[in-house]
Amino acid sequence: ITIVMQELLKWNGWGYNDSKFIFNKKGQAEFTGKRYRLGGMVLPTFKEWIEKTFGASLEHKTTSRASLNVNDVPPSIVNEEFLQDLRATKISYSQDAEDRVFRAHGHCLHEIFVLREGMFKRIPDIVVWPVCHEDVVKIVELACKHNLCIIPFGGGTSVSSALECPEEEKRTIVSLDTSQMNRILWIDEKNLTACVEAGIVGQDLEKQLAESGFCTGHEPDSMEFSSLGGWVATRASGMKKNIYGNIEDLVIHIKMVTPRGIVEKNCQVPRMSTGPDIHHFIMGSEGTLGVVTEVTIKIRPLPEYQKYGSVVFPNFERGVACLREVAKQVKKSWMLASLKNTNFSTRRVLMVQCFWQLITKGFLSLQFKGFDPNILCVATLLFEGDREKVLQHEKQVYDIATKFGGLAAGEDNGQRGYMLTFVIAYLRDLGLDYYVIGESFETSVPWDRVLDLCRNVKERIVRECKEKGVQFAPLSTCRVTQTYDAGACVYFYFAFNYRGISDPIHVYEQIERAAREEILANGGSLSHHHGVGKLRKRWMKESISDVGLGMLRSVKEYVDPNNIFGNKNLL
Amino acid sequence: MSKKRDEFEDILEERRLSSDLRYAMKCYTPVIYKGLSPCKPNAIKSAVLQSEQVQYVIKQLAKEMGESPDIIQEEATEILDEMGHSMQLGAVRFFAFTLSKIFKQLFQRVCVNEEGMQRLQHAIQEHPVVLLPSHRSYVDFLMLSYLLYTYDLALPVIAAGIDFLGMKIVGELLRRAGAFFMRRSFGGNRLYWAVFAEYVKTMLRSGYAPIEFFLEGTRSRTAKTLTPKFGLLSIVMEPFFKREVFDTYLVPISISYERILEESLYAYELLGVPKPKESTSGLLKARRILSDSFGTIHIYVGQPVSLRTLASGRINRCPYNLVPRHLPQKPSEDIQEFVSDVAYKMELLQIENMVLSPWVLVAAVLLQNLPAMDFELLIEKTLWLKGLTQTFGGFIEWPDNLCAKKAVMSGLTLHSNIARLVDGHVVLNDKGVEDGAVGEIVFKRALAILMCATYRNQLLNVFVRPSLVAVALQMTRSFRKEEVYSCFSFLRDVFSDEFIFFPGISLKDFEEGCFLLTKCDAIQTSQQEIYPTDKGSVIVSFLSTMFRPFVEGYQLIFRYLSKETKEVFTEKQFIPGVRNFVFQLLEKGNTQCYEALSSDMQKNALAALVQLGAVKKKKMSNGFTYNVNQEAVNKILDMFDARIPVQKPVAARL
Repeated sequence: ITIVMQELLKWNGWGYNDSKFIFNKKGQAEFTGKRYRLGGMVLPTFKEWIEKTFGASLEHKTTSRASLNVNDVPPSIVNEEFLQDLRATKISYSQDAEDRVFRAHGHCLHEIFVLREGMFKRIPDIVVWPVCHEDVVKIVELACKHNLCIIPFGGGTSVSSALECPEEEKRTIVSLDTSQMNRILWIDEKNLTACVEAGIVGQDLEKQLAESGFCTGHEPDSMEFSSLGGWVATRASGMKKNIYGNIEDLVIHIKMVTPRGIVEKNCQVPRMSTGPDIHHFIMGSEGTLGVVTEVTIKIRPLPEYQKYGSVVFPNFERGVACLREVAKQVKKSWMLASLKNTNFSTRRVLMVQCFWQLITKGFLSLQFKGFDPNILCVATLLFEGDREKVLQHEKQVYDIATKFGGLAAGEDNGQRGYMLTFVIAYLRDLGLDYYVIGESFETSVPWDRVLDLCRNVKERIVRECKEKGVQFAPLSTCRVTQTYDAGACVYFYFAFNYRGISDPIHVYEQIERAAREEILANGGSLSHHHGVGKLRKRWMKESISDVGLGMLRSVKEYVDPNNIFGNKNLL
Repeated sequence: MSKKRDEFEDILEERRLSSDLRYAMKCYTPVIYKGLSPCKPNAIKSAVLQSEQVQYVIKQLAKEMGESPDIIQEEATEILDEMGHSMQLGAVRFFAFTLSKIFKQLFQRVCVNEEGMQRLQHAIQEHPVVLLPSHRSYVDFLMLSYLLYTYDLALPVIAAGIDFLGMKIVGELLRRAGAFFMRRSFGGNRLYWAVFAEYVKTMLRSGYAPIEFFLEGTRSRTAKTLTPKFGLLSIVMEPFFKREVFDTYLVPISISYERILEESLYAYELLGVPKPKESTSGLLKARRILSDSFGTIHIYVGQPVSLRTLASGRINRCPYNLVPRHLPQKPSEDIQEFVSDVAYKMELLQIENMVLSPWVLVAAVLLQNLPAMDFELLIEKTLWLKGLTQTFGGFIEWPDNLCAKKAVMSGLTLHSNIARLVDGHVVLNDKGVEDGAVGEIVFKRALAILMCATYRNQLLNVFVRPSLVAVALQMTRSFRKEEVYSCFSFLRDVFSDEFIFFPGISLKDFEEGCFLLTKCDAIQTSQQEIYPTDKGSVIVSFLSTMFRPFVEGYQLIFRYLSKETKEVFTEKQFIPGVRNFVFQLLEKGNTQCYEALSSDMQKNALAALVQLGAVKKKKMSNGFTYNVNQEAVNKILDMFDARIPVQKPVAARL
């Protein structure tokens, strides 16, 4: 078997090896590679922006070690009896240091920092690559027999410390990599469902479905790398959720292998009333109960027509007010559409991105009369569906936007904004080279608290930075990425120049923790879709109450009494 | 102990040198809150009326009363019109001019800590600000606005009592200078509460202007800090609890008067001669006081206190996250407790920075040495008390080069209506005592004593912790720490409405009292015991004598309640009843405790019994009624009596 993905990806940063931001010989920023439309583009104002925003300078550079130092890697401790049993199953495995380190982390800042400059204290002892459901069953049986710890691994894009191995775990840790379980098992065009193995990553799923004229429409920002099983395990959300729904709306059936056996339902139906939905024990279980092996997911015919758009608003407040209004009216048109039996007539994605004005000065041309460039904000739009309805809804949205002082800013800006979503994640690696560390985090919040929460969290970040001795003003900004009837999902971007601080990661973590406290105090959630992992565990009790936590614990106790799935997430 | 405090500047000095008119017309461009969206007073009113909060209550009431919402909306509009300020620069300038004239006439100096003003200036730009001045006089809020104008700071909007509106022209003028008016009691009126709360919160949230109100609720007639009221404080704290603002600054401000404008009015009022209703003609009559001098005013603007910092780790956020923020919500118990803690904390900060004039010390000494005291001895003791006060952390403003004799003399000159020097002795100025009926003599004497007490009272909250330890030492006649502490704790409970104690920290207060007594060598303590030192008996006896009027006064009032009153009575019956009782004892010479005539003490004593559970307070349609449990009162009385032998109150020599 060729383990393709790992070879294409950076070992110490985000995404593909060949794609990254660099400063070229002229000192101008450039994005390398041909994978993205931004590839090869020179960003003339970017250098100035990064210098101005962070007080960073090209002269002050830090460099990551060039490759993994194999000698630092903790040794693999696996007992021979298990290896014999494993060999008998013919499932491929590896005890190679690089393979193990690759699966010892997600993409939290501290994890990347460790890769660049240090080494994890505990990593998996062995990596296994099952190719089908039956392989997983065998592995879990062996783990139970030999009392091992299994940590399922999908795309490795976690940002909640969910993949970190608990330091105190004495048993052999088996990283169960699902990437080889990546087939679409069948497509049911009559019911518009597809049964897919859980290891498939988002872009492959969409590509392969597209060959048959379908899509799932689930597009999280990480869809190039994250896997279907990972989406299920974390309750993922995609940017097009307003059209297609979040993972919990898309899933029809889940098959999961647990130490108790296999959990699944007896039929594949749109809805059933059979007590609490067992899918909801699985979705968001973050690898603590078992391995998701196969998922039946809703599919849609590919949209006939797509149109991007963008609107600028004089300020964030007006932008949010407009989105709220659109969310209100969309509901009505949605109902109308379904009553007429014309499915999914219009599809749209909305984002308010006050932060674009900071990041995108080099990418977008946004100069509007009468708008203060320092506070204007941009919404990028994507409409999908049949042409007529798209145009009709586009008009409707622009009409609403006008009422809130918005000005149409063109299709091109909309498309670039959309594309940027995938490229943004590469920025952090550039920052890390110049003493700038940063991260994004998210929450969900009722509409009436969106503005207060955004203002307070941003302010809290600025204050905490000052208090913790950060010498440069931080970047502290946010955007609304999802809209619901009852609220919105808000992303915060936070980065600062850490020159002069001896333990930047610790400072960073303290500030992020304070920011989360602030979010909770403002009526925001612990997480909208990143999940809890180990990073946000301390607030679980507050989030779901003692009893709630007890309910989850008792499920864990029944399903996995010996804590085979011992990644220590969530509970 | 003596905290580093800022220096003072006299703001009248410049007024005496340059044109008042030019000052009033100066270019006034105050710094403003960074998040301010400027708007007019009327825009605020309509925002309040349209707010979800007010609209919700209107709809609720309409449903309950079966009325049309329009009618209730109308009512809300009327409430707002009655309440709302309409700040105008013109009126402000008018005040700036006239107050300059008046203040220069009345006061020798108005001293301000400039560093405090600078801190305030920063605070105003950063977060919404709530100004919390002490309240001793009507001059308080005029002076504060005047001060902010002088320093080019945003003028506050001020919560004022509705009674000001009774004053023709003046009421409206105050309104234009930024006063808004609240009814004295509106607990039951939901519409009023909703409109009022929303009005205050809207101004706070938008950072429209600093909000100013008095924690004490009313002017303290005794110059002793009154226990705080929580209503307005909890309103201004709510936007932070609901995270509608990032933070709110609470700024304690201590305004101390060398001589209080209303001193004699207060004394009459305490003795039951009713307070004149605020009227413009009354104010005009008050003009004659313009010929009088009232010394120096000290205004100390304290460090702005961040509400966020105070609340950190204390507030359970759940209740605010689970209900839409516009619904009226009764604050949870922990919120109420927090509000109360903050209120006490702010008052303690006010007390800490209250400036004490030499006269305050004179009054304290004099009251222990009635009817007359040798002048030289008075000077000596005043100087002695100065040292003690400073040890206890009191903030005495005593010019470096001023000798004690001059200081006492200047006090006597300024307060010639209270005491005077006769043949080398200082006597109370109770003119007409010699002739006239017994009753009249008692009344006149009480008047003089209460006025004098107003100045001594300014020391009490600084002295209360060590003094109650001293009282407890004398009452228990024991050296066992435990016993002394339990007596201290009892006294602290009994006097919880009389003095300002931070809730719940009895032991800490006791330890502080002991610490201060140790510091001035009055006592020595070991693990289990407390001994007065030889030298210390003077201090211990001075301290307990200082508080004797309260110990004796409370005993008298309790005795009245245990024997002389009906079991059920109203406050209106209680005050005259107890007053008569004490008056007769004074006439017969059975007591010398004139201060028990003070209605303030009487009310506090009653409130203490209510808190101790010896009296039940019930709300009736026409006010409160009280129900005495005489057995319980007797028990409390026993705790006083059994331990303190009833002494003939002879003038205690120091």
